[in-house]
Amino acid sequence: MAIAKALPLATVPSPFLARRRRQLLLAVPVFALLALLPLLVRDVYLQNVLVLTLMYAALSQSWNILGGYCGQISLGHALYFGIGAYTTSVLFVNFGILPWGGMLAGGVLAVLVALLLGYPCFKLRGHYFSIATIVIAEIGLLLVHNWDYVGAAMGIQWPFGPDSWATLQFARDKVPYFHLALGLFAITWLVTWVIEGSRWGFWWRAVKDDTEAAQSLGVEVFRSKMAAAAVSAFFTAVGGAFYAAFVSYIDPESVMSFRFSLLFALPAVLGGIGTLWGPAVGAAVLIPLTEITRSYLGGNGSGLDLVIYGVLIMLVALARPEGLLSLLPRPRAAGEGGR
Amino acid sequence: MTTQALLQVLASGLLMGLLYALIAVGLSLIFGLMDVVNFAHGDFLMVAMYAAFGLWFFTGLDPLLAAPLVTGLLFVLGALAYLGVVRFAMRARSNAGMVQIFATFGLAITIQGLAQFLFTPDYRSIGQSWLGERTINLGGLFLPLPQVYGGVVSVLTFAALYLLMSRTDFGKALEATREDQGAVALVGIDRNRVFALGWGLGAALVGLAGAVLAIFYYVHPQVGGPFSTIAYVVVALGGFGSIFGALVAGVIVGLIEALATTILPPALKSIGIYSLYLAVVFLRPRGLFGRL
Amino acid sequence: MSAPLLEVRDVTRRFGGLVANSHVSMEVRQGEILGLIGPNGAGKSTLFNLIAGAFPPSAGQILLEGRDITTLPGTARCGLGIARTFQVPRSFDSMTVLENVMVGAFVRHPRAHAAQAAALETLDYVGLAARAGAPAGELTPPEKRRLEMARALATRPRLLLLDEVMTGLTPSEAQKGVELVRRVREAGVTIVMVEHVMEVVMPLVDRAVVLHLGEVLAEGSPQQVVRDDGVITAYLGERHRAA
Repeated sequence: MAIAKALPLATVPSPFLARRRRQLLLAVPVFALLALLPLLVRDVYLQNVLVLTLMYAALSQSWNILGGYCGQISLGHALYFGIGAYTTSVLFVNFGILPWGGMLAGGVLAVLVALLLGYPCFKLRGHYFSIATIVIAEIGLLLVHNWDYVGAAMGIQWPFGPDSWATLQFARDKVPYFHLALGLFAITWLVTWVIEGSRWGFWWRAVKDDTEAAQSLGVEVFRSKMAAAAVSAFFTAVGGAFYAAFVSYIDPESVMSFRFSLLFALPAVLGGIGTLWGPAVGAAVLIPLTEITRSYLGGNGSGLDLVIYGVLIMLVALARPEGLLSLLPRPRAAGEGGR
Repeated sequence: MTTQALLQVLASGLLMGLLYALIAVGLSLIFGLMDVVNFAHGDFLMVAMYAAFGLWFFTGLDPLLAAPLVTGLLFVLGALAYLGVVRFAMRARSNAGMVQIFATFGLAITIQGLAQFLFTPDYRSIGQSWLGERTINLGGLFLPLPQVYGGVVSVLTFAALYLLMSRTDFGKALEATREDQGAVALVGIDRNRVFALGWGLGAALVGLAGAVLAIFYYVHPQVGGPFSTIAYVVVALGGFGSIFGALVAGVIVGLIEALATTILPPALKSIGIYSLYLAVVFLRPRGLFGRL
Repeated sequence: MSAPLLEVRDVTRRFGGLVANSHVSMEVRQGEILGLIGPNGAGKSTLFNLIAGAFPPSAGQILLEGRDITTLPGTARCGLGIARTFQVPRSFDSMTVLENVMVGAFVRHPRAHAAQAAALETLDYVGLAARAGAPAGELTPPEKRRLEMARALATRPRLLLLDEVMTGLTPSEAQKGVELVRRVREAGVTIVMVEHVMEVVMPLVDRAVVLHLGEVLAEGSPQQVVRDDGVITAYLGERHRAA
């Protein structure tokens, strides 16, 4: 066909692929520097905050895959988080299977659940979809709450054991958790980067921007949503497994409440949804701030920490709908929300 | 189960359902008006309950008499929430859905924090009121008077709401604004004013529900959570924006909840409602009476 | 004459009580430019959307090279070689111009590198290469129409459906548009265009189908159609008789 002969290939510049290479080259030193952070931060409390920050960066990046790239605003990801945390805990405590195996099993289980739920849910649009995700996660919470085998309201306590990379238990030193969380975040980042450059990534963003136009261009809308949900659920569950190992005690409220669903979405919204670095930037601002206000103001249950947190969320949403990353000058990240 | 017991269950389910409808209708109204889901709706309910409790605690005012005051207070709160927060959220040109969710959610957290700051996280309840512990015997059915009062208030409010929407200029302005936001500006309706009044009305309705609920339900900063989930279910079940749908769905939810309680352990009764809701939206994505 | 590329057989489409298309039959021949015209409310957009697969007909059949595609959704039709533009351009605004076109190119090139190369060629072809890196939301309205064309062309269609692509363009922009449409046809793509601007369409199309009140009123060469009495009274009326 004549269109194909318009330009000799050699002269074709490669703006999209070149930018992708730059993104990867930038990421390597960022992750390397992050890995050295515990050398500077010796305080255990602050190390704890860093672990949580990285964990939420990873979880928010996972949420971002479905919510930010594919535009399906799930407010029920606590379900997948809980599936990861509970699968890992049950397998470890009841069967002695190492958390590494639980992580994988939880991830796979979450994928199955996501596909099962996606089938009916992805027929819903807008608020109807978001509220269905809230309700489904609530059902999950109630079921776990009343399920004796997984400890019902009492939850599951991990046995005390020696520090070990096999069981992911480190009682004294937080630094291994830091590197584990960093690894988790790096993997979610890399997966997002790979997807962003693939046909899936383009399809997801097309579905988000204009579903009907996407269909006319041959985008498989339903399959796109299902694929995004599967990837997103997998890494959310892996994050849940990590969290269970990190705190070594879980109960329904502490891993499956609605609060978590929001905490996964918020950093992405704050940093810039549908972007490579948005969730990390958002988490780096939000998590230390909430942790520190909580420890200084929240300890006495006065509620002031909640007030600050709430006002902060409102300010973020209202002041910078495109997210903090949009403050940077162009060139912009590939998935960045336009105006 | 005997017929008598079943009727007893259905009657109390009906009364609770009418109250759910009253809690939810403001949410539906606001959504119908401007496509915004208010994630602070349950916290408006909580504020109303605290207001009723506070009036009783400090002045001894019976919650029956406090209801108009609480309703008025919530009207102001709703209008302020629109003017102070939501108005700005609607200006977002990108990620509009997320901005609205998180702006109203931030408002919810703030209200919860303030409630905790002012009243501590403790559970409070109105110790005594005229309706308090009384029950009424209706042909062999024993019904708690506060719930009967709630059902009557709800039915009367829906009737008034129907008249308001169909007979008054304000109702017509609301209807016109939800039909076509662009066109109303041309005929001289101030959109912002209509939205602020709409939010006021939506909050006032949940305020009235809160004043009723406070008579027989304990108050704490997180009390709005479960009720807001029920309100979402009612609104989505009835169809976003449909007032009549909210009434019907509220009653359905109340009845299902009451029946579920007889079969399922109490802790699981919500699962009955949630499952019903999912079944309905999966079969009929726009709810029972919603427009697409 | 070879078999028609696309055949619409006795198609009816209702929306609630409203009949938007009633027993419409027509064909699109291999390699032609077909104009789909008619006054407002004639059912042009409905017929266009039925062919594109945005929604199915209430009755009747649509065939692509003899194959029944009546119930195929838009996604599958794109794979078979039917592409469309939208009356109001619907670019993906979180993407750059190049990325928008790559979405279309991915239909034929699953790998990003090949899709990018194809998208750049297509952009060059429609004269938008200089804007490849710009966010799609920042394009001017005429540029957005070109982007729509490029995106559709990147799917390598055999049949291209153009929905009022000339509307709102200045005369010089419209002239460029006409040239582009001609070039696309010369490359072997069959074109169906819905258009309001008669002055632009009539010299461009090989044949025209005139719809009126949801039915086919006339079809034939532009010259025949313009002289058709029914058409003159129903639509072209005052303007063309006066001229």
